[in-house]
Amino acid sequence: MRELKIFAIVAFFSLLTYYLVEPYAHHEMHKKVDTEGNEIHSESHGFKYDGKPDIAEAHRAKNKALVESKTAFWADVAKIGQLKGNASAGQSHFASCAGCHDANVNMGGVIPPVLDHAGAIYDKNYLIALIKDPAIASNIDHKYKDTGNHPMGAIKFMMPDDQSIADVVAYMLEHKAGEVTPKEAYEEACMRCHAVRYGKLPQLGDTPKFKHEKDSLAHKIKVIEEQDRVKAYMGKLPPDLSIMIRARSEHFMKTFVENPQSQLAGTSMPRVGLSAEGYEKVEAYMVSTGDPSKAKREAVGPWVILFFVIFTILAYLWKKSQWKDLH
Amino acid sequence: MAHFDDKAMPFGNKWMDERIGLNTLKRVLNTEYWIPKDINFLWAMGMVLAATFGILVVSGIFLLMYYKPDVNLAFDSVNYTIMSEVGYGWFWRHIHGVGASIVFLIIYIHMFTGIYYGSYKRGRELIWLSGMGLFVAFSAEAFSGYMLPWGQMSYWAGMVITNLFSGGSLEAYGLVEWIRGDYVPGDAYLTRFFMLHVLLIPLAIIGLIVLHFGTLRLPHVNNQEGADIDYKESAELWKAGKKKESKVIPFSPVFLSKDLFVMGVYFIIFFYLVFYNFEFSMDPVNFDPADGLKTPAHIYPEWYFLWSYEILRPFSKDIGLIAFGIAQIAFVFLPFADRSPNVAPAHKRGLFNIWFWVLLIDMIVLTAMGKLPPTDPVFAMIGLVSAVLFLAMGPLLVLITMFEKKIEKGA
Repeated sequence: MRELKIFAIVAFFSLLTYYLVEPYAHHEMHKKVDTEGNEIHSESHGFKYDGKPDIAEAHRAKNKALVESKTAFWADVAKIGQLKGNASAGQSHFASCAGCHDANVNMGGVIPPVLDHAGAIYDKNYLIALIKDPAIASNIDHKYKDTGNHPMGAIKFMMPDDQSIADVVAYMLEHKAGEVTPKEAYEEACMRCHAVRYGKLPQLGDTPKFKHEKDSLAHKIKVIEEQDRVKAYMGKLPPDLSIMIRARSEHFMKTFVENPQSQLAGTSMPRVGLSAEGYEKVEAYMVSTGDPSKAKREAVGPWVILFFVIFTILAYLWKKSQWKDLH
Repeated sequence: MAHFDDKAMPFGNKWMDERIGLNTLKRVLNTEYWIPKDINFLWAMGMVLAATFGILVVSGIFLLMYYKPDVNLAFDSVNYTIMSEVGYGWFWRHIHGVGASIVFLIIYIHMFTGIYYGSYKRGRELIWLSGMGLFVAFSAEAFSGYMLPWGQMSYWAGMVITNLFSGGSLEAYGLVEWIRGDYVPGDAYLTRFFMLHVLLIPLAIIGLIVLHFGTLRLPHVNNQEGADIDYKESAELWKAGKKKESKVIPFSPVFLSKDLFVMGVYFIIFFYLVFYNFEFSMDPVNFDPADGLKTPAHIYPEWYFLWSYEILRPFSKDIGLIAFGIAQIAFVFLPFADRSPNVAPAHKRGLFNIWFWVLLIDMIVLTAMGKLPPTDPVFAMIGLVSAVLFLAMGPLLVLITMFEKKIEKGA
């Protein structure tokens, strides 16, 4: 039938244009290439951390010493991962962590994160790597001449041997796990740097209700001072994440959170080390502030479309009756 | 002196007819507004466009209740107030965003239908010209609307497009500042584009739509074969009940019944996009707030402007601007550049048929290249070749149609 043939042609050219300006153009725009012009594929590794992307980066930078040191570092991490950790032995080590992580004051640039759910939202291998050397684990060692200058650099002297690392990680996995809400996951993993103004959540956490404007302004100044410290440490104030979930693709978000260097080479943002479950929680929080209509959309959509299907059927019957003795 | 029946029921048919000529209006605009029978669904695109414009107006009114034209408030009024706080705000915003994008797809289909069937010739020149006026008005409406969320792409697209008015080597920065009301896009810029978007341009569009419909009434719409129909004869046949013999149908209800069916199909697709596939019409970059100190890695217009953007891009500054200027007005001259005496579908017009498909494909290639990074030498070369080809299409059309043989009636 002629009408269907015409429709097929119109649909073909429309879809071709769509393919070229959307999936294809976006792929070409965000393509990353190495110095030889070969495409670098940044894939999600399922939020598992074994250092392979970091070693590959060192290879691409043609830095032999770095390749060797990173390979050795992640091999050590794997070795510690094999050790059987003793949670009760880890408890006493963890007490020394709390000195900073429960203090809720800025230390060396950021407020050390609360670790209440560290065992639930972070990957085990990553926790081991982070305690061993925070700068290398989070893949921002390029920022430091000596990775001991990292704000958490002192950890090297607090966890002198591999067994104590295994123990403290075992402790966190056992006792600092528990049920965690999306908002808690976000607060523990991201909030020290990234505010969410649509969630009324600046770097200092939920804004209390003040009776007097003077107190509210005083709190605002505290927030600004904290942001200034973060800014001084990171080089710029990390962006507000209110609707980041819509500003970046799902693929970008996942690969970026796994390894910020893969999408933004040279960035001062550290790898966070979220596990797949941890990321799911953080993502859920970001959807709740950035794309809150998602669930409603999915609920209303079928009804609106059903309405127009019925409309179309009725219109077709009317058309048939009007055109029946025209030919 | 007109006669008024004192006994006529107020607002009844007779009463209204005596006062505003209701029956004449009905006859002229509906029951005896003759449309050729030999048409396909592409003839419904006009009404589909009118319906989409209606949807844009309605959704726009809802958005207007909460939108705040202020550089400090605009972004959050759209992305927070409308998307999170207002009941179904997201629904109207997504309709408005998808509608603004899809309306251009339908405009292009409508335009290419006109070109394919030669519907801009022999008495129908003004239909084409008023249609081009609508295209310009819709483009301005789309651009001004794109400024309003005050995201990164709003800001930088505004920067790039207003910069075009500096005229390359003319360096008319005074004009650019006059348009912006500032050295860079700022509050004065946002409020004036807000006014244009919600008042002046929609008024112009409504006026142009009336004109577009008006230019259509006397020459009638074209038909699939470009046949020169004797409307008087066919109308008499229809009125005598000889529907099979008549070549025409009345606008209402016969033509409208088909329009409504096509609209139904269109709205199923439209709302599928609104609910499940709206990203294409809402660029992710525009979900980052405007930042004059941070240029995005890639600045590109929405898809419907890409072809003309690509005619600007591959050339040096001044030549690019001139080429861009030509591309903007090229289609206006179509009724006069086509020298052929034939009003017929392209597949009956020999070389013109090839010209048509080359034009369509060239514009799709330009559209794709307009978004792809020009730093890639292959894309840059394809872009340059297709831009030059587009510019050559005008003179080629004159040449091809000058020698086109007249198609004999009944052949």
